[in-house]
Amino acid sequence: MSGNDTVKTTYREAMRAAIRDAMQRDDRVFLMGEDVGAYGGCFAVSLGLLAEFGPERIRDTPLSESAFVGAGIGAALAGMRPIVEIMTVNFSLLALDQILNNAATLQHMSGGQLNVPLVIRMTTGAGRQLAAQHSHSLEGWYAHIPGIRVLAPATLEDARGMLWTALEDPDPVLIFEHGSLYNMQGTLAADAGAVDISSAVIRRPGADVTVITYGGTLGKTLSAAEELAAGGIEAEVIDLRTLRPLDDATFLASIARTHRAVIVDEGWRSGSLAAEVSARIMEQAFFELDAPVERVCSAEVPMPYARHLEEAALPQPERIIAAVHRVVG
Amino acid sequence: MTRQPVAPRRSSAPRARAKSATPAGAGPQAVAHVGDPEPAHLRDLLGQMVLIRRFEEKCVELYSAGEIRGFVHLYIGEEAVAVGVNAALTPEDSIVSTYREHGHALVRGVPMDSVMAEMYGRATGCSGGRGGSMHLFDVSRRFYGGNAIVGGGLPVAVGLALADRMRGDPRVTACFFGDGAVAEGEFHECLNLAAMWDLPVLFCCENNRYAMGTSVEHEQVQPDLALRAGSYGMPAWPVDGMDVLAVEKAAGHAAEAVRSGGGPHFLELQTYRFRAHSMYDPELYRDKAEVEHWKERDPITMLAGRLRAAGELSDDDLASIEGKVAARIDASVTAARAAPVEPVEDLTRYVYSPRSS
Repeated sequence: MSGNDTVKTTYREAMRAAIRDAMQRDDRVFLMGEDVGAYGGCFAVSLGLLAEFGPERIRDTPLSESAFVGAGIGAALAGMRPIVEIMTVNFSLLALDQILNNAATLQHMSGGQLNVPLVIRMTTGAGRQLAAQHSHSLEGWYAHIPGIRVLAPATLEDARGMLWTALEDPDPVLIFEHGSLYNMQGTLAADAGAVDISSAVIRRPGADVTVITYGGTLGKTLSAAEELAAGGIEAEVIDLRTLRPLDDATFLASIARTHRAVIVDEGWRSGSLAAEVSARIMEQAFFELDAPVERVCSAEVPMPYARHLEEAALPQPERIIAAVHRVVG
Repeated sequence: MTRQPVAPRRSSAPRARAKSATPAGAGPQAVAHVGDPEPAHLRDLLGQMVLIRRFEEKCVELYSAGEIRGFVHLYIGEEAVAVGVNAALTPEDSIVSTYREHGHALVRGVPMDSVMAEMYGRATGCSGGRGGSMHLFDVSRRFYGGNAIVGGGLPVAVGLALADRMRGDPRVTACFFGDGAVAEGEFHECLNLAAMWDLPVLFCCENNRYAMGTSVEHEQVQPDLALRAGSYGMPAWPVDGMDVLAVEKAAGHAAEAVRSGGGPHFLELQTYRFRAHSMYDPELYRDKAEVEHWKERDPITMLAGRLRAAGELSDDDLASIEGKVAARIDASVTAARAAPVEPVEDLTRYVYSPRSS
């Protein structure tokens, strides 16, 4: 590590650098999906890669989610390392048969003869006034499924580093990229590379309350923590990073210090990932708790278009602050 | 009355993306006459069909006795399709099959002992007792299941073929599915994608006229399935799926065209399921007379009759085939009954791959 050399970049560019790096390192890697080539990716993640790697490895597909996700599974079975891009999580439902019935299942159903080293990337989340068929946060659903790994990169380092590790994984990995993060700017080590995809991390230390989140709500949670600090409450913010398998140990250890927990999750509250984390806390840290666990989730409505309604439906810093006050108070 | 198998024909639809590698006159009628097949080869095909038939009859017996459970979908009546197509493939080719796949697995060479043990849910089963009748796998023979979502195997076959094409491996992926799959979105997505990318897939539609209990006339507004496939710009034609030689010939031609860069091909193999859809089916949806009519074209009886007429199959020959098959089946049952089960401690094995870290 050279240490101090950094580059200014965005989440989108970090993701593109990760794809380029993977394509250069391993000729089994290729990218396919809707408009990943000539258009440059619907969120411009793959812009320029067609010219660099050609149409065999940057493959535009028809609007056939089930066919091209399943084709990724078949190619992975045959020894390739496909990256499949799905435009948004809502569209991934058209490929749910392949993701659940094949990718997640083939290894077990074949008695261990098969494994599916496939990476599927997709956009998730709201905040851009895209209404009810482009904005949901269904990564918690996917985290329900044994046989797959579910990642939620929330930082530039993870956008740059999770892909390569995911491609080295022998099993299917789903990467959920929150749509509000693509334009996020910052600095990244010039030699940034692969990162671990098994552990949660503490993004901000604090002694008074543990706030657990991931993906698109990490930024809002950190903003809330700064405001709370101004009022004398130090929140420890944990970024789950990997939604399946969940790293219980990191948040349990934090709760053993803070004795209070708030979970922030952009998914709908009922049956959410937040519900799973809350249950694990109750099962494994019940006697550590000084207050009931609080959850800040999305309102249980299809995502509305109007800005004020969308904002009201989503977790916001003020709601996180209010939840923290309830558990600390 | 049922639509009778028609003579093979070239799809009237031209290839939308015709390429020079497409062999001229694609269609079985264009195959050069190669003379009558060797009698020994015909007896071998007969033996394979008998093997499937008797294996499944034994499965019925074992199911009735409560020794095997789950869904068991019988292939009886359709044996000529698996045997004929497999005869046209090489060990390097890949197969993706359906939940009615005992026949495909057995003729592919998946050991009968491991198939029977899988029916028993034993550790020695080809899927370690985790798959059962609907999920037979044998990767060493490039047999990729055993897929029980109608249409769900097609995308996987497209992907296997995509990898072969990207690497330049001259391999064919034979993908079996039924007439019911033609109503699924995945069918249309996959034919379009395979044709768009000129992938080496041999689509083998086993049209047994029923999607479980719904007849093809009640599920397809255009029941000419080869015509449907032809609209995706690939050579497609119907084949008499009760005649193993017709299947072998058509599949041989199609597989060769696929292997030599001709892009995907489609065979509508017109066949008939003599038994119920599964062990739970009282067959309320079809006439017994229709079943009896189709049994007159039993693929085993037809081939045996042809061999006998040519003086190439004696009673002793047939008894010898039956005897060997019965002995293999009995041995597989004995082995399966004695085989160990997977320990419950290993319940969650094979969900994720073993990791070094």
